Amino acid sequence: MAKDGAAKLSKNLLRMKFMQRGLDDEVKKQLEEEEKRVISDDHWYLDLPELKAKENYIIEEKSFVPCEDLVYGRMSFKGFNPEVEKLMLVMNSGSRNEEEEDVGKMESDITDEEMARRYESLVSSMKRTMSKKRERSTLEGGRTQNNHTTRAKKVFLKPQD
Amino acid sequence: MPVSFREKVDEVLLPGDVFSLRLPEFGSDVKAEKAVCGPGLRRNGDQVLVCKSGVLRHKAPNVYWIDSQQKRYVPAKGERVIGIITARSGDVFKVDVGGSEPASLSFLAFEGATKRNRPNVQVGDLVYAHFIIANKDMEPELACIDSCGHANGMGVFGEGGLMFRLSLGLVRRLLAPQSMIVKDLEKLFPFEMVVGLNGRVWVKAKSIQQTLIVTNLLESCENMTAQQRQTLFQRVAEGNL
Repeated sequence: MAKDGAAKLSKNLLRMKFMQRGLDDEVKKQLEEEEKRVISDDHWYLDLPELKAKENYIIEEKSFVPCEDLVYGRMSFKGFNPEVEKLMLVMNSGSRNEEEEDVGKMESDITDEEMARRYESLVSSMKRTMSKKRERSTLEGGRTQNNHTTRAKKVFLKPQD
Repeated sequence: MPVSFREKVDEVLLPGDVFSLRLPEFGSDVKAEKAVCGPGLRRNGDQVLVCKSGVLRHKAPNVYWIDSQQKRYVPAKGERVIGIITARSGDVFKVDVGGSEPASLSFLAFEGATKRNRPNVQVGDLVYAHFIIANKDMEPELACIDSCGHANGMGVFGEGGLMFRLSLGLVRRLLAPQSMIVKDLEKLFPFEMVVGLNGRVWVKAKSIQQTLIVTNLLESCENMTAQQRQTLFQRVAEGNL
């Protein structure tokens, strides 16, 4: 009697979540298939043969620049505009080897010792700027007093009751 | 009947000529190396069509292009050109570059420009800029900064000095690495020059007279042999023109 009652329920009602528990496997499968068919009927597709992506061996290039290795367009000669002459060196360095050697020379302009000395001064000046005002005053004070006074770090003093 | 490209290098080709880059003896099992077809050549499937008349040039390993003479400029991405600001409308400048259509140049595409800090560019100024968008269906777009935001010499220039037009072929000869014309010119006197690939050249020297000398020399370079050019330059250097 109960089973007959269940069969009369509509499909939409049976598809609801709380009705799924009571259903047996057969009815479940049937419902799922129906749902699938509805989806695939809605799904459109083009009736075309599959596109085969061919590998392209020819690359198109619209500009002359990479073909003829054209140089940078701003030029200055005999020191008329030093800025542009610097730019010319930078922009055209990729194509020539002479300038690359120049770059190598420039790098060895500053010796390692000089570099170390510069860093030393830089570190101390950076330390001063990074430190807080109070610490800075102690730093400077310490310098004048030959680094004798090293003030004890301030700690929280527990009040006595 | 498609012929191989390699046999035609340094020969004159005409629009409509068809080539295949793959040699027939290679067969399909051998992988063809990639080829670059430059200006004047078009790809059509596996074939290459010639669309400009001129001499076929080749550069190792596999670059081909047509070396043609023309005066009309067609914008190409990445090329650096000289433009004239013709209008400013809202956020962009309209720039005349000599192409079929004015290019647009955003006011943010200058070094150090922000929404608040607008670049000082007036109508009529000359700009040296490169194309960031250039194709046949869209309005070309210029920028005066590279991808890192550096100007690298691009931007507004041209206080004093003189701008004039040359053919595109001569401009490419000027920009060629180790260009003979430039080597002859730089012996004369100090001067400055900006060469845009759209055929515009701007020259400035210490005096108006010297500027005009360079201008006339460049214009006469169009139709001269190397020998003729050198004798002319010699006469200018000696001061009796």
